[in-house]
Amino acid sequence: MAQRWLLPALLLVGFGLAFAIPEYNLLNKYVQLVMMYVGINIILTVSLNLVNGYMGEFSLAHAGFMAVGAYTAALLTQKVLPVAAYPGLFPLAVLAGGLMAAVLGLIVAVPSFKVRGDYLAIITLAFLMIVKSVIENIDTIGGPRGIPGIKKLTTLPWVFFWTVFSIWVVRNFVYSKYGRGVLSIREDEIASDLMSVNTRRVKFLAFMVSSFFAGIAGALFAHLLQFISPRVFDIIKTTDVLIMVYLGGIASIGGSILGATVYTVLLELLRPSTVAAMLAWLPAVVFDPLNEYFIRHLGVWRMVIMPLLLVLVMLYWPRGIMGLREFRWFIPKRDLEAHHRQPAHGGNHGVAHGH
Amino acid sequence: MALLTATRVRHYFGGLCAVSDFNLDLQPGELVGIIGPNGAGKTTVFNLITGVYRASEGSIRLRDTELVGKTPHQITALRVGRTFQNIRLFRDLSVLDNVRIAHYAQVRYSPLEALLHLGRYRQEEQRIIENSRRLLSIFKLEHLAGEIAKNLPYGSQRRLEIARALAIGPELLLLDEPAAGMNPNEIDQLMEFIQWIRREFQLTILLIEHQMKLVMGICERIKVLDFGETLAEGPPEAIQNDPKVLEAYLGEEPVG
Repeated sequence: MAQRWLLPALLLVGFGLAFAIPEYNLLNKYVQLVMMYVGINIILTVSLNLVNGYMGEFSLAHAGFMAVGAYTAALLTQKVLPVAAYPGLFPLAVLAGGLMAAVLGLIVAVPSFKVRGDYLAIITLAFLMIVKSVIENIDTIGGPRGIPGIKKLTTLPWVFFWTVFSIWVVRNFVYSKYGRGVLSIREDEIASDLMSVNTRRVKFLAFMVSSFFAGIAGALFAHLLQFISPRVFDIIKTTDVLIMVYLGGIASIGGSILGATVYTVLLELLRPSTVAAMLAWLPAVVFDPLNEYFIRHLGVWRMVIMPLLLVLVMLYWPRGIMGLREFRWFIPKRDLEAHHRQPAHGGNHGVAHGH
Repeated sequence: MALLTATRVRHYFGGLCAVSDFNLDLQPGELVGIIGPNGAGKTTVFNLITGVYRASEGSIRLRDTELVGKTPHQITALRVGRTFQNIRLFRDLSVLDNVRIAHYAQVRYSPLEALLHLGRYRQEEQRIIENSRRLLSIFKLEHLAGEIAKNLPYGSQRRLEIARALAIGPELLLLDEPAAGMNPNEIDQLMEFIQWIRREFQLTILLIEHQMKLVMGICERIKVLDFGETLAEGPPEAIQNDPKVLEAYLGEEPVG
């Protein structure tokens, strides 16, 4: 049985570190940046998992919701809110980004009443393309050039806060009647309806929560990268999140966290300079041609390696790191006890079979 | 006053008339059986009552409420529970979750309370866990609460499906071939069991069944369908000797 007090204690330590690391430069700037990307990617993965994992749909619209959140927040901090004078207004901009994305999430939920599977995937892809071309064609928000010079307002404590908040809310949602409704829709939608589940309402809520956090992640992302353009939020971005979801495992919050972390760190390790530094010990005869043809072109190779990773994961490891399983920490005590009245015997290694 | 009244219900699949002029008058507490050869439209009647299909013509009323035009979850929330001919459990979910999901309409907390685990969330969750466990123990499934539904043996899956239907808190229970795949001994137990839940949960039961032993044994009234039409209706003894029924089931010549 996991220690229940350990989680709040870890959160407190985490928050302390999130403040202390940038304040006292405990880690170098690059590592801090990667940590923030990890956080943002966790938010994206956990939220997409709600639709693609728990509900069993295949949404490709996540980068679109992210774009809506990013643009809304960036325009607010650039043109409306006096964030220079009051940096405390930044969370409002982030929240507005999330809410705007949630509203669009409601619109995408409507076709999901009628269609499922491949067809819904195509509709979400169309939505992503619409968002991108709408942004490209509005000149007042930069058109294809995007918005440069966004203030760097995303900090480690904020990323930490929003990451914890998104995990907490998605977890709460999953362990409620609506979350069980989402699971039952994945299993058998007609039976679910006949067991009194209001499937439309459940789908509305799931899409709304999912797109809300995609918007939040987009807003944080914009104020970290300090530059956004429609190109940033294309299908490649969605593919990244998909890989993180399926690598971590469907219908698992713990899996999403692991998937996002592993993938983000992996991407950083695949940077030409990092790989070159790691392989510098090789003799020049081997290293030079390797550097010439492969390492220096890793930016391009990435586009081959990462989608290939998605294909391989879905073919040979469809459950990912912990698909359909969950860390005991994330399961409410009431649920755990109801499922196992008698104390579970050893050898469980802190991982419980979810649902 | 009748619990369920179906009046001149018709349903077409394209040009095919699957159910024609279906009438039913179900009094509270009754146990009525629907029999008929394969393809007679029995399951279609269940699907019409529960809103899976929308009747092309006619009216189906639960007391004073018109059911035609309502969605399945609305009808189910009016306390109509059902099982399926081919077991339709949520196969990858736990036994407990299967039963908990069916409480959806009875759980009273808002989405906001669910997202923040505040307000009525705790007490409502506790209440449905207790009720689910009570149902599971009635069906001798309590020790399997954490088991994944698809791993249960066939008989237990059948019981779980009935437990899940009862979790809705039904007044009217529709059982679609509850004895399918059971041996005579199990059918005897099932007959006793159906009688028992009917008393215990004060149910009105409408059931579809091919096992004559079960239908003749427990139903107070039987309705015979063939090609979407009602062939005969009446108490078991009358149905057993009805020449039209014998013809539909056994062919032209009456046998023994």
